[in-house]
Amino acid sequence: MKLIKAAMAGTLESSDVMVTVEPAEDLTIDLESNVAQQFGDSIKATALKVAKEMSITGASIRLIDHGALDCTIRARIETAIKRALKEEVQ
Amino acid sequence: MNSLYRTMMFVPGNAPAKLTKAEIYGADCVIFDLEDAVSVKEKDAARDLVRTFLSTYRPDCRVGIRVNAQDTPYYEEDVKAMVPLKPDFLRLPKSETAKNMRDLDTFMTKCEEKAGIPVGTVKIVATIETALGVQNAFEVATASKRIIGIGLGAEDFRTDMRMTRSEDGQEILYARNRISLAAHAAGVMPLDYVYSNFKNTEGFIADVKFGKMLGFTCKSVIHPSQVPLVHSVYDPTDKEVEHAKQVLAVYDEAMKKGSGVIALNGKMIDMPMVTRAKAVLEYAKASGKEI
Repeated sequence: MKLIKAAMAGTLESSDVMVTVEPAEDLTIDLESNVAQQFGDSIKATALKVAKEMSITGASIRLIDHGALDCTIRARIETAIKRALKEEVQ
Repeated sequence: MNSLYRTMMFVPGNAPAKLTKAEIYGADCVIFDLEDAVSVKEKDAARDLVRTFLSTYRPDCRVGIRVNAQDTPYYEEDVKAMVPLKPDFLRLPKSETAKNMRDLDTFMTKCEEKAGIPVGTVKIVATIETALGVQNAFEVATASKRIIGIGLGAEDFRTDMRMTRSEDGQEILYARNRISLAAHAAGVMPLDYVYSNFKNTEGFIADVKFGKMLGFTCKSVIHPSQVPLVHSVYDPTDKEVEHAKQVLAVYDEAMKKGSGVIALNGKMIDMPMVTRAKAVLEYAKASGKEI
């Protein structure tokens, strides 16, 4: 499944992560985080897992992480993807 | 986890830092709020965040979730997403009629069945926020077996009644009285309203004490600093605990002997005093006092 538009979820506050998703051919993850060295792989793996669970095959996912827990990362990615799949209501 | 509901602390459902720290302030119950604390544009995000949080972690206290009211487009999605998480209860704003409560009960039953959890697992707390709701308080409290408490949403009630707001809440006295009476008559918890000016500690303590006098057993709070203040008012003093122990000891002795009239220090002990003594010890035990 492909996204139909760009969307965002989350904030730049502490313990949160801002997620931006955009339509793309392939699934790519771009992460900016103060804890990227320790947890970067784990955060990216979570992002990939959530996208796959939601049957997304093409999306550019960008995360700006400010120390979010795994459950927060999951939630923000889910919300962003659901928003990106929604048709605009005129 | 203790068995009391002295404090129900509202926590914004879309704030990860507040969500994860909520339990450390010692409230007997935290309520993750999907309603007033969440902007209209973030309802979906709050729902997802509370769901993923409670799917992975359960705070060591009672957990409630305030869903959006039935006349909003968010209500059904909220209930559908929250019931499978098995919170202790859902708190329904704008509870006005018995039908409101029965509709929620029926919908929750469907959600429980779909999630494969026993019907009746998740309870209901009704927030009464309108003149009609206060008028129907007893009907609301008795409309479903799931209902464990009713409380006043004071700000919306004031708006509905076109009241002028006072610091000490004189204008909502009748509503508080009526809700406390209806709750006790129905055998559910009377929950006192949110005192929103959390910087006014003196006013808050006076308000909690007054609510306790009116029969409330729980206070809804919006700031962590309010939690210990409520507990200090609701927790029995050492003198009260000692007196309760004496009352029960005298009562037990009289029961063994088959005595008809019971007295302590020259004062007659009747059943309401025994009931109150038991309640005092229950509170003392739950608040960690040695009994």
